[in-house]
Amino acid sequence: MKTADTSWFEGTVGTPAGDVPRVRTSLTSRDRRDAVALRWGIGRSAYTVPPGLYAVGSPSAESVVLVSANYKMSFDRLRRELSGIDAWILVLDTKGINVWCAAGKGTFGTDELVNRVEAADLGQVVSHRRLVLPQLGAPGVSAHEVRKRSGFQVVYGPVRAPDLPRFLSAGMKADPEMRRVRFGLADRAAVVPVEIVQGAGYALLIAALFVILGGLGPDGYRLDHVLSVGIPDAILVLGAFLGGSLLTPLLLPFLPGRPFAWKGMCMGLLVTLALWAALHGLPGTPGALALAAWLTMGSALASFLAMNFTGASTYTSLSGVRKEMRFAVPVQVVAVTAGLVFWAVARFTGQQG
Amino acid sequence: MFGLRYLPGVTTLQLDAELCSGCGMCLNVCPHAVLASAGHGKVAITDRDACMECGACARNCSFGALSVQAGVGCAAAIIVGALRGTEPTCGCGDGEGMSCC
Ligand code: SF4
Ligand code: SF4
Repeated sequence: MKTADTSWFEGTVGTPAGDVPRVRTSLTSRDRRDAVALRWGIGRSAYTVPPGLYAVGSPSAESVVLVSANYKMSFDRLRRELSGIDAWILVLDTKGINVWCAAGKGTFGTDELVNRVEAADLGQVVSHRRLVLPQLGAPGVSAHEVRKRSGFQVVYGPVRAPDLPRFLSAGMKADPEMRRVRFGLADRAAVVPVEIVQGAGYALLIAALFVILGGLGPDGYRLDHVLSVGIPDAILVLGAFLGGSLLTPLLLPFLPGRPFAWKGMCMGLLVTLALWAALHGLPGTPGALALAAWLTMGSALASFLAMNFTGASTYTSLSGVRKEMRFAVPVQVVAVTAGLVFWAVARFTGQQG
Repeated sequence: MFGLRYLPGVTTLQLDAELCSGCGMCLNVCPHAVLASAGHGKVAITDRDACMECGACARNCSFGALSVQAGVGCAAAIIVGALRGTEPTCGCGDGEGMSCC
């Protein structure tokens, strides 16, 4: 496992509990390259920060203690907001996972926080007894339990690191906006690359399969059908894939309904119809069965992918996702099965795509 | 205002107003402003359908006034859990930004 490089260190700060490494508040080009790689899911688990105590600026015994996760991007996002601020950063061992996800899993949690405070001898380093946690760590941390077990009071800071300087200078007061989680276009665009990387392998495999199957027909296997049917079919598969994992996330607020599966289904129908028209001209009776096959399969695939995007969203509840799945999954299974039957009948009765 | 809304009428969030001391901790941790001060030293659930069952409020209420079946609202996790016969399991390594999976 590769740990992060050491270019973000600049010397150490002496404390009664020993020397503490000081981190820079400016990101290097390498840090930014890491961030791009992480966004696309390349070697994501490799970018971790060793847990423990770090210094920013020239902190004293009175300086604020900020708690973070050992996911490099969480840590980088925090330190780049801290120029001109003297602070301590306590990095928890979250197995290289960001604060919110780790809080949900419990690794950014009460036990780890209490143990890390003890391991870093924080009681020796600072004279106050206060820890500032990112608000999104709250699902994993019980503030009153931390106080009982470590003597430290937990204060929840803002959701987003850029609000931290304002929060600190306002005497640790968050305005309501700082406490709200959002899921705007930029937030959605940021999680799309991982969705695409995760699904692309399967999508390409299914597309390749349809290229090969395209040669089948009533008069045996024909290579010209691979071109005239197989390739267009593969394009429809990839279209439905991008409809579900790229267009649905980006256009989320503009798609009808609240269940993600429903939003994805609508997008799948739209993309399939548009691609069909581009590939084969306007829908007409001769290709009706093949079109029906792709409308059902394409919408089911996009619906399934959109449904999986609930995990990347910031506002879906477990009860809600369970409810939508109870309805959506059977519909998707029926649609794919029916679509395959339509497709096979269309192929073997010699209907062109 | 957060424009996106999820399914209504599903959250398992419960508030026992009897136990609430009005300390306000839940107001600090909720990412969707589900709760609000109701005056006379109590809070109330004012936007129930915005609750994403993250569990932050219940875990940080030292008076035991809040309860919720916390979990991740992630279809992939539910599928993985169903296949393994466990609770929903977030199988993914990590997500970018503030999202989970
Ligand atoms: S944290 Fe508990 S006691 Fe405090 S205001 Fe909220 S519900 Fe009431
Ligand atoms: S479970 Fe989470 S979203 Fe729901 S009320 Fe509590 S803190 Fe808010």
